[in-house]
Amino acid sequence: MTTLKQLANKQWFAVLVLVIGIIIIWYIAALLMNGNQMINMLERTGQSWTYTQIFEGAYGIQRPPLPVPHQVAYELYDSIFNNAITSKRSLLYHTQITLNSTLLGFILGSLLGIIIAIGIVHNRTLDTSLMPWVIASQTVPILAIAPIVVVVLGSMNLTGILPKAIISMYLSFFPVVIGMVKGLRSADKLHTELMITYNASTQQMFWKLRWFSAQPYLFASLKIGIAAALVGAIVAELPTGAQGGLGARLLSGSYYGQTVQIWSALVMSALLGWVLITLVGLAERFILLRRGIS
Amino acid sequence: MKTLLTLLAITLLLLQSGIALFLPKGFYQGTFLLPLLLLSLFAAGYLMSRMTQIADSASQWAKPCKLAVPALFGLMILLVWEAIVRGFDVPLVLMPAPTQVFVTLGNNLPLLWADFQQTYLKAVVAGYVMGCGLGFITAKLVVRNAFLQKGLLPLGNFMASIPIIGIAPIMVMWFGFDWQSKAAVVVIMTFFPMLINTLAGLRSVDPLHADLMHTYAAGKGQIFFKNQLPQAMPFIFNALKLNSTLALIGAIVAEFFGTPIVGMGFRISAEVGRMNMDMVWATIFVAALAGSLSYGALTLLERRVTFWHPSVRSGR
Repeated sequence: MTTLKQLANKQWFAVLVLVIGIIIIWYIAALLMNGNQMINMLERTGQSWTYTQIFEGAYGIQRPPLPVPHQVAYELYDSIFNNAITSKRSLLYHTQITLNSTLLGFILGSLLGIIIAIGIVHNRTLDTSLMPWVIASQTVPILAIAPIVVVVLGSMNLTGILPKAIISMYLSFFPVVIGMVKGLRSADKLHTELMITYNASTQQMFWKLRWFSAQPYLFASLKIGIAAALVGAIVAELPTGAQGGLGARLLSGSYYGQTVQIWSALVMSALLGWVLITLVGLAERFILLRRGIS
Repeated sequence: MKTLLTLLAITLLLLQSGIALFLPKGFYQGTFLLPLLLLSLFAAGYLMSRMTQIADSASQWAKPCKLAVPALFGLMILLVWEAIVRGFDVPLVLMPAPTQVFVTLGNNLPLLWADFQQTYLKAVVAGYVMGCGLGFITAKLVVRNAFLQKGLLPLGNFMASIPIIGIAPIMVMWFGFDWQSKAAVVVIMTFFPMLINTLAGLRSVDPLHADLMHTYAAGKGQIFFKNQLPQAMPFIFNALKLNSTLALIGAIVAEFFGTPIVGMGFRISAEVGRMNMDMVWATIFVAALAGSLSYGALTLLERRVTFWHPSVRSGR
């Protein structure tokens, strides 16, 4: 009894129970949705049916409205291990295309964000003139921009990774600006005053104090930024008719009613997002631990 | 001296606007007008820094200047855009000039209004209300249960990292092509931010306040409405503002996966296919306007509701 209570207090146990619960609900929902569709189909053609037949069919048909976890898992396994990485049928091939534009966009976006933040913190005019537009820029639905960016750049003979990366950049620079501005301004007042008594220049102030006070905020922003960059890369692949990438995989799955393909691409993108955020988290711990904070 | 420079800067800007708007197309090819554009950029920069100084001073012009600085910045972007597109005679397929976009906008108001109705008034509003409502109710139910909280918080964070926009094709398959499927996407996208923020808000209640309510023998409803809910309001508004842009994005993206022949996402993909970039930009303008206005309205409401909060008080 006590062990059960101890278990209930553990976070991993709570998560595990919820996940198992979700999977059970998933299987039941799949039975209801897929089974009903099968019954409708069989009755329309005037065939007779039994419950065992429906039960087996609900978890095994080719294009179910709601694929069940083991179907998705099999599709993932099949497309990863039974195809060469360079093959267009391999999900890893598409993942790597999306990953490339995500990373490029993330790097560009972070650099842009940091530069804008430094400008905003050091220049009062930039602060008042640019900051409202940085915020307003995020109310523009980026998806609206995505096809235009691709068409404009395409007509300048820039195709492939760059247009997608620019969309990722647009989505990921905003959290970096906001976090970085806050971080750069969060330097301890006592330290700032100490620097002033040392007659430190703006540059020294930046490199020896502000840059360090900004790091925890920067990493929090980078985690949001890399997730946003992934969304940007996937979305950029939608309207452009891209041949490869997880977004293209989603779109083609939607056109041909291949639900299992859609779900496996979705699971893959979730995994990718999780891995990327974890990597940023690891970098954060590595850098901040060396300074004794975490 | 300062007044002289300011006057000079204003004249330069007016001259540049005149050039951009009234000269025949292609005026940068073969003439020497390009340095003027650069000069007028410096002039705008000077004007903005002057106005920032005034805005920081105690002058009676401080408030209008504070608003004028970002406005001038935005106008400058439009001016440079207009000048470059017209000056180099950029083909319409690449980039329409802002004036052209506004003319198209004016000529197609009924069509754009129909798109706006389909995407915003039906899908976004319905999905937003349902998603935020569901998130709030779930948080209210879960906040007393430590076990569920422990499980839900990591799951919510995990969901935030998933590109939820990817569920759009599935929703279109389940709920059909009309606005219901878009609303479903919006519900799923807005649910978790609302849940996480409301939970954080409801848990942030000061224990002293809770004790005080207890000594007053307050009922459950009284504790919730007079203590927990007001404390959670800043967090809830945080999620509401975040969700207002998320919802618009979700609805527009979902329309790329199939829609009746109306809606902002449909308009964008259809007009890109026909290379009508002015119409695309007009739709973008409508979307940006809708997003900014709903964000602004929520901020105003937030100031009304959480007038006691430090972040609002210092903002005045």
